[in-house]
Amino acid sequence: MRWMWVDRFTEFVSGSHACGIKNVALDQDVLDEYCPGFPYLPPTLIIEGMAQIGGILVSEKFDWDKRVVLAKVAKAEFFFPAQPGDQLDYRVVLDSAQEDGAVAIGTSHRDGELQASIELMFAFLEDGKLVQGPLFKPGDLATMLRLMKMFNVAVGADGKPLRISDKL
Amino acid sequence: MPATQEEIFEKVQAALIDALGVDENEVTPGATLVGDLGAESIDFLDIVFRLEKAFGISIPREDLSPEDILTNSQYVKDGVVTADGMSKLKSRMPWADLSKFEKNPRVQDFGNLLTVRDMCNYVETKIS
Repeated sequence: MRWMWVDRFTEFVSGSHACGIKNVALDQDVLDEYCPGFPYLPPTLIIEGMAQIGGILVSEKFDWDKRVVLAKVAKAEFFFPAQPGDQLDYRVVLDSAQEDGAVAIGTSHRDGELQASIELMFAFLEDGKLVQGPLFKPGDLATMLRLMKMFNVAVGADGKPLRISDKL
Repeated sequence: MPATQEEIFEKVQAALIDALGVDENEVTPGATLVGDLGAESIDFLDIVFRLEKAFGISIPREDLSPEDILTNSQYVKDGVVTADGMSKLKSRMPWADLSKFEKNPRVQDFGNLLTVRDMCNYVETKIS
């Protein structure tokens, strides 16, 4: 299974916010056993999807130099389940970013209706903590971001398209 | 107009409720962040972010976590903070009530030292 919980980036503005969509499909294994007889996308994976968008937003903000990890889900509210056939619109806004961490606010909408609201805190791993060196093998993150079509929509704070960094 | 102690407490209380998921009535002045409110190490970064935002201040990380003192063999002997170390801690953290800790200053107990009142005192020193 690919650990990617966003299907496609639809907007990305460096240091500000990013949006993506997640389609919920009945053929996804993850829907099978979570709640037998009532398939829906587990809320934890909706958090993960928005955390992936947020993590990328934070990483890019720091020019991919930080080892960004999701440290805490400070708040998570879900208003209805995401069922097969639903398309979730994720929007993650960078609330603050400092040298030792960042906070992002995420929302998930279905057809314009608020489906979930979360608050995420990211921390930066010091070198030697958990793993040595980069968290991704060279090229892996760039491949993942290309699959999610991030660079099709990503722009810098000045509105100019973002190039794929040599650091990825 | 400078914030009153009550206003400071209310904002600190709100930050701790959001960061730690605790109830308002649990966040009393004497409650310890770790022992009573269940704060874990990552929560301190969250608390710092919230206090900085709520009060428009900048909080140097070593202010609340004097790891440089507590891991320095010049100030710690056999897991206990020396007199020099206590003096250094008091100088770094004049807003904290270290009297209880000073009676038996084991480094391992330092983590459960800070109270809600200490946090309010700290903020007061930063904004005054």
